[in-house]
Amino acid sequence: MDGALQGRPVEAARFVALGRLRVPGLTLALAALAIILATISFLIGPAQIDAGDLFAGLFASHGTATIIAREIRLPRALLALVVGAALGASGAALQGLFRNPLADPGVTGVTSSAGFGAVVAMYFGLAVVNPILLPACAIAGALATSSILYFLSRSGAERTALILAGAAIASFATAMTALAMSLAPNPYAMSEMMRWMMGSLKDSTLNDLALAVPPIALGIALLWSCARGLDALTLGEEAAQSLGVDVHGIRRRVVIGVALATGAATAAAGAVSFVGLVVPHLLRPFYGYVPARLIWPSALGGAALVSAADIAVRLIAPDGQLLVGVMTAMLGAPFFIWLILRMRRGA
Amino acid sequence: MALALENVSARYGERVVLHDASAAFVAGRVTGIVGPNGAGKTTLLRVALGLVAVDSGSVQILGRDLRECSCEFLARSIAYLPQEGAAQWPVPVRRVVALGRMPHTSFFAPQDHGGDAAVAEALDRCDVAQFAARRLDELSAGERARVLLARALATQAKVLLVDEPAAHLDPAHQLRLMELLRGEALRGVAIGITLHDLSLASRYCDDIAVLHDGRVIGQGAPREVLSDAALATVFGIAAIRAGGPGADAIVPWSRL
Repeated sequence: MDGALQGRPVEAARFVALGRLRVPGLTLALAALAIILATISFLIGPAQIDAGDLFAGLFASHGTATIIAREIRLPRALLALVVGAALGASGAALQGLFRNPLADPGVTGVTSSAGFGAVVAMYFGLAVVNPILLPACAIAGALATSSILYFLSRSGAERTALILAGAAIASFATAMTALAMSLAPNPYAMSEMMRWMMGSLKDSTLNDLALAVPPIALGIALLWSCARGLDALTLGEEAAQSLGVDVHGIRRRVVIGVALATGAATAAAGAVSFVGLVVPHLLRPFYGYVPARLIWPSALGGAALVSAADIAVRLIAPDGQLLVGVMTAMLGAPFFIWLILRMRRGA
Repeated sequence: MALALENVSARYGERVVLHDASAAFVAGRVTGIVGPNGAGKTTLLRVALGLVAVDSGSVQILGRDLRECSCEFLARSIAYLPQEGAAQWPVPVRRVVALGRMPHTSFFAPQDHGGDAAVAEALDRCDVAQFAARRLDELSAGERARVLLARALATQAKVLLVDEPAAHLDPAHQLRLMELLRGEALRGVAIGITLHDLSLASRYCDDIAVLHDGRVIGQGAPREVLSDAALATVFGIAAIRAGGPGADAIVPWSRL
């Protein structure tokens, strides 16, 4: 048989011309999917309101529909998109940087540390002093962990060692979160703990959205600026350096970008896990395994996945007892184990 | 002189790995670097690439001092094929080779004029154009080595440094790779190559620099520097020689 025919398809994504831009069709489809899911998310909720009334409410100046549309449904739907985009892009960049398909903000403990930072800000009154301190503390927590990972990888830690270190950091951060909440001078702290540990988009406000968007946008932009460097890193660090890539600079930018995006996402929605693991991994074959091409599709895919999970929790448990992070973990954890088994078979 | 190291010393932390080492790489010639494990062969290449800081001495690249070279100039002037060659992700071959154009492109201008032609030429020259659409992990080790060489050639640099390209390859692929490198030298590229296989070094190099304990103890024609006495001092071996046309086959035979 002809050798070329035996090969599996390399780049399944077809290109679509958008003016002068050539965008893979799959990326457009992901964007469309995210928008459709966000619209559905906007339309469902405990209050039974007509879709027409809800959309009209968005543009009206007063009324029940306006309050529900603007203050409850819209922030929740948009925050799901933003949080998912942050986690998806972070996962794609971390996997590219560490050249490790198991890397993800959740698995490496970045999300848990961000959650710890957010809890400290929330329950020790910092967030009351200035609302910006909430995402700031979460970003600081995320940065602490991503910096540890950075130094570990710089000293040549193997990929299994990185994941193990991440697991240790994650349980430490979770324990610290629990400790902080037991010590917090707030009677409702314990009942709120699960929200921070598992993530939830319930009761999101426009204010949460306004605080989350700037750091996440900056974070994703930083990650995008590393795309070329991540491509070169495919060949190994020395080859990348010989191609003129500032490898240390790339590492620093990814670490800061992931901390900004994941930290702000966690401050808004708690620790939503496994999104950054699952999405880049599923999309990778369609983008020829090229790290640079994965950042945006992973952001869009993450946005779609978190929106879908947030729709699912409301359909399964309309009383709001099911958290979105529980949903992503139920999907993600088995996926993680399957991935490890597959990698072992590959090796 | 395309690349010259003059009395270079370099170290990793406290450990000095190069002492006063001098070596020259000339356009159109293949210069071999031989020596036992840990003699400093790879370090010598890394110093030339600016990956290891020079303690004392100087490095000249295309007539410029390394310390005054911009990162872009270095990346465009010297292509490097490290030993740990395998790519982490199963990227399509054409995309791997196109990475060689990175020194000529930027974030805002991801395509350079003539880049596609350079990639196509590199694919052609290394005889891997027929695999261009396939994934790296679907190729044999020999094919993969040629793809990675094509990546280095796509840069169209004046100097090409290659670290142990022949390790892990079967004899036919070893010869093929060395022939490809000779072909590049004919096009005027200065080639520096570290080798463990003394026969390959003797057969394909115009010039050999012999490294021992971080010192270059001689650079010259293969027959001159790979003498029995040198093999005894540097490697601690005696070898059997078979005279080929213009070059010796050197088979390590016994430890001394």
